[in-house]
This record gives sequence, structure tokens and C-alpha cells, in this order.
Amino acid sequence: MEILNEIKFIMPSLSVNESTARAVVSSFLTQADPTVEELSDIRTAVSEAVTNAVVHGYRRKKGNIEITVRLLPQREIYIKIRDKGCGIPDIKKAMEPLFTTAPEEERSGLGFSVMESFMDKLTVKSQVNKGTTVTMRKRLTAHGY
Amino acid sequence: MKIDIKSANGHAVAVLSGEIDHHNAKEIRSQLDKYIITVQPSELTMDFSNITFMDSSGIGLIMGRSRLMRECGGNLEVRDPQPYIRRVLRLAGMERIVKIT
Repeated sequence: MEILNEIKFIMPSLSVNESTARAVVSSFLTQADPTVEELSDIRTAVSEAVTNAVVHGYRRKKGNIEITVRLLPQREIYIKIRDKGCGIPDIKKAMEPLFTTAPEEERSGLGFSVMESFMDKLTVKSQVNKGTTVTMRKRLTAHGY
Repeated sequence: MKIDIKSANGHAVAVLSGEIDHHNAKEIRSQLDKYIITVQPSELTMDFSNITFMDSSGIGLIMGRSRLMRECGGNLEVRDPQPYIRRVLRLAGMERIVKIT
């Protein structure tokens, strides 16, 4: 994979860091000159993935969330969000719209649906008690960069 | 995150400002629920015109307040969300649950 530019950062699984993740990713991506809509889509998808790590991955114990953002050729954005939390026993079930294991927190069960809708490609890999890695890609429309 | 609630003739308008995510939703939920249970307005409008970001945490927030308003005999309306927030609302089929203007 040819990487034009890259940022990696690690932060503790505190809910206040959901906005931190969005801000850092947005700031890094301004160099790619995305449209307002593209940036909104990416910020929303990142927020969903980080929230999943905070609410589900690290439900029982706090830990770190690692985020990698890459600018690839042909204006493609690559984002990887990784936790070392409890993992997802059944990824297919977890990705069903409206499925949630946290209804008491009013989770709507739409996190993966939003990620799928707002990004071009979504991959979820998970192992119980080892953690979850969400990888997303989106190609920006042709201008700038 | 800021909430400003104004009321007249049983119709309350909650003007929300800032970003709605999982972290902020807890505080908004707490303030709105306290207001709904105490005042029991017949109509509650959540004014989204000053909301600059919302992820699916906002869907849970709206659904929960809609449910509480119905239990209290009232109705909820969502007013003036930005275009991309409307996309999140549409994705969740929220127009079938609450009035969006």
C-alpha cells in the first residue's frame, strides 16, 4: 500500500475522547481538501467506531484506542480504529441494523449501518477477549490535493 | 453543549447548541427528561438549528425523548436539522417516529 501521508494516535477509552478523535482526524484530512459533506461523513463514521470501542469494547475495563489515518493515491482515505477490549462474539449479528447490547444507554444499534452508509468500504475483524479492528475506506471526489 | 428551554401555552422549545455524541447525549438526556417529567408539556420541539454534529447517539436521544413524551401524553418534534444530520435521521427512519420540520 503506497502511503502519501499518515497519522497514528492512541488515546484512553474515555467518552470525552470521541470528540477528540473527530477533531484530530478532521484536522489531518484538511490537507486532502474534502468537501463539507465528505468530511461530515468521515467524522460521523469515526465517531461511531470510537464510540463502539468506548461503550462495547471497553465496557468492563478501560484501555487504549489506536487510530491510524492514511492518505492513499487517487484521493483515497484509509482509517483504522483498533481496541484491545472484549471483542465481538458474532460480528454478523452485531452489524445488523438496530442490534445493540446497550439499550439502557439508549444505543440505537445503528453504528455499523452509519459507517457502511457514509464510507465506501467497511471491514470489521474481532476476537473475543483480544479486541476489535474496524477499517474504513473512502475515495474523495476529484479536486485539490 | 448547551440547552435553552423556553415554554409558552404548554409548548416547549429546547434549543440545543453544539455537538451530539455519546459523551454529550447523557447530559442532554438528563436535562430534557427532568424538564419533561416536571413540566409535562403537551408539545416539545427539539430545535437542532445550532447542532453542528450528530452521530447515531442522537437517534437514541430522540427516540428516548419521543417515548417519554408519549408516556406523558405529549408529542415531540425535531426542528431544522442541518442537511447531513437529516441523512442520519433518514437512515434511522426517524421520519416515521417523530415529526421533522
